Amino acid sequence: MTAFLGMPARAPRGVGQLRGDLPFPAAAREALGNAQLRSNLGRATATIRAKRAAVVDEVPDWAGLRAAGAAIKDAVLADLGSHLIRLEEQVVAHGGRVHWARDANEANRIVTDLVRATGERDVVKVKSMTTQEIGLNEALAEAGISAWETDLAELIVQLADDRPSHILVPAIHRNRTEIRDIFRREMGRVGVPAPPHLSEDPHELAEAARLHLRARFLTARVAISGANFAVAETGTLAVVESEGNGRMCLTLPETLITVMGIEKVVPTWRDLEVYLQLLPRSSTGERMNPYTSMWTGVHPGDGPLEFHLVLLDNGRSATLADPHGRAALRCIRCSACLNVCPVYERVGGHAYGSVYPGPIGAVLSPQLTGAKDNPSLPFASSLCGACYDVCPVAIDIPTMLVHLRSEVVAASGPKPERAAMAGVSWVMRRPRLYTVALRLSRVARLFGRRGAIRRLPPPLSAWTRTRDLPLPPAETFRDWWVRTHGSP
Amino acid sequence: MNAREEILARIAAAVPRPVQVEIPRDYRAAGGEGRGSADVLALLEDRLVDYRATVHRVGPDDVHSRITAVLTGAGIGTVVLPAGFPAPWSPTAVRVVADEPALTPGALAGLDGVLTTCRIAVAETGTIVLDGGQGQGRRALSLVPDFHLVVVRAEQVVASVPDAVAELDPVRAMTWISGPSATSDIELQRVEGVHGPRRLHVLLVFP
Ligand code: SF4
Repeated sequence: MTAFLGMPARAPRGVGQLRGDLPFPAAAREALGNAQLRSNLGRATATIRAKRAAVVDEVPDWAGLRAAGAAIKDAVLADLGSHLIRLEEQVVAHGGRVHWARDANEANRIVTDLVRATGERDVVKVKSMTTQEIGLNEALAEAGISAWETDLAELIVQLADDRPSHILVPAIHRNRTEIRDIFRREMGRVGVPAPPHLSEDPHELAEAARLHLRARFLTARVAISGANFAVAETGTLAVVESEGNGRMCLTLPETLITVMGIEKVVPTWRDLEVYLQLLPRSSTGERMNPYTSMWTGVHPGDGPLEFHLVLLDNGRSATLADPHGRAALRCIRCSACLNVCPVYERVGGHAYGSVYPGPIGAVLSPQLTGAKDNPSLPFASSLCGACYDVCPVAIDIPTMLVHLRSEVVAASGPKPERAAMAGVSWVMRRPRLYTVALRLSRVARLFGRRGAIRRLPPPLSAWTRTRDLPLPPAETFRDWWVRTHGSP
Repeated sequence: MNAREEILARIAAAVPRPVQVEIPRDYRAAGGEGRGSADVLALLEDRLVDYRATVHRVGPDDVHSRITAVLTGAGIGTVVLPAGFPAPWSPTAVRVVADEPALTPGALAGLDGVLTTCRIAVAETGTIVLDGGQGQGRRALSLVPDFHLVVVRAEQVVASVPDAVAELDPVRAMTWISGPSATSDIELQRVEGVHGPRRLHVLLVFP
């Protein structure tokens, strides 16, 4: 027992999608060469940013909701075990079954066995980052089970044998012409083909997806979902979505298997009044998403006859163990931080290598895997602070990045960081300014009090006008590198 | 040690001394004014229209005739009616199907539409909540047919999300509906109608 207590249990290697094939700077450079990708991304993120700002501005008590949203998650994290036990009791009391999975491999085994027990060879899935994180589709495929994604964007990604690039809009990197071509080429191979003469009009494309998936929904007997929230007090699960594919998966099949990270639990039913206001406005920039489904165990005569909840650790307890990093577990996956991030906007989601891209990915992935396995991600940021400003649960990502950078240096030595630092400054296209800014911030250390900097020299002054910057180390990583290794 | 014990032990090791965290609730709580008021109803209508739902305002005596008119006007030939839907409102000139015995998903897909009541509605977010109570049916009914007409009575309309949460029973199977099915997955252009009903009509009944 003491063995694992001394060693935090990280997400295992060789399964799932938390590590990239390339370090961030190399992947970023590749992505930057793709002009189509950058123009798609630029347009998309600008649109969502504007929508979000408009619907957040109209909520007079946004700051209060945000503070509550952060505190509720902190309350859960401060006593996670009790909340999980309560959730389990309630789900079981309402006719569901609860399974615990230490890591990706165990979760995949549990789900595969559950599907096998039904005798089915096909399952429908509703968008779940967690099942991408653990590589569930691949594990099911090895067992001869086909998992069909039903979210329009996921369908596009799956048909193209591609990878998602955004938490909320996984096919954000594809434009309408590409999508039409994918549908024409691929739909017929796996099911109902695209209508002849399919155009690139989004209405027609959505209609093609509707027709393609309808047959699957009507005959599916097993569904796999994620969950946005689980209420410990009542055992209630909630899934928010837009298209209705979630409702199809959660309602029509006989067996429902929900895979959920252990940090998704909230204490009370009342807490949903906070998140159901914070999430849709932050995420799609809507006052409310079109559909939210809530269920508690099994409802006789309504929906699945069997409900399984799989509670997944996969590096979360290890993240919890770091007092400076654990707030990353507050994340409700709204993706607002991606949409405001100047680095994400230029390189897109794939460069991060993990299913969790952007600012939140830069702090979450290295914690789930251990800093050693994702050493370049904490450097994939300019520390501009926009992510913190928009985060509906007030995760201070910039401070956490600084902390994780020091972890990386401690964990794996300097090699990867050289590339990382070079990559980031290259991405930002202002290497000199970046260096100078870092130096200035080091000088500013002299003016810092109580472990924080209140005011920075320009151009960083705009930033410290609204927040405190954690004190940088006496020697920046860059300076250290130059001193010990020559030019950067 | 099994997985459950081990995860709980990891958590205990990660946070050795569980603490109570105070949760500030400095936001507009439940109990706001305006339930069923003209302002709240106007706000609900505005939000619903923004989502491209169609709203019909009607007095209590005209519910039946208006339901029939909306359905026929929308070209709905067959409609499924959940158990407990108020009999006097049951439409005429349209074929009405009951969900007894429970219709298969395939049979539901063959119907033109569904007509339901609701549990509560939230003006600020344009949300209508169904919880499977009288007149609402199981969740599949309001999902598979391509057209949904829902009757909302004025006194069911509250101002905010906290107002609704305070009143709902969490252990019922619920669907919160805010406009017709939609996607923005293709270049972020909103398209109404993917898998859920592509047309959502709301009958707002005034006292
Ligand atoms: S870190 Fe905050 S802004 Fe980013 S996805 Fe999570 S909740 Fe949203």
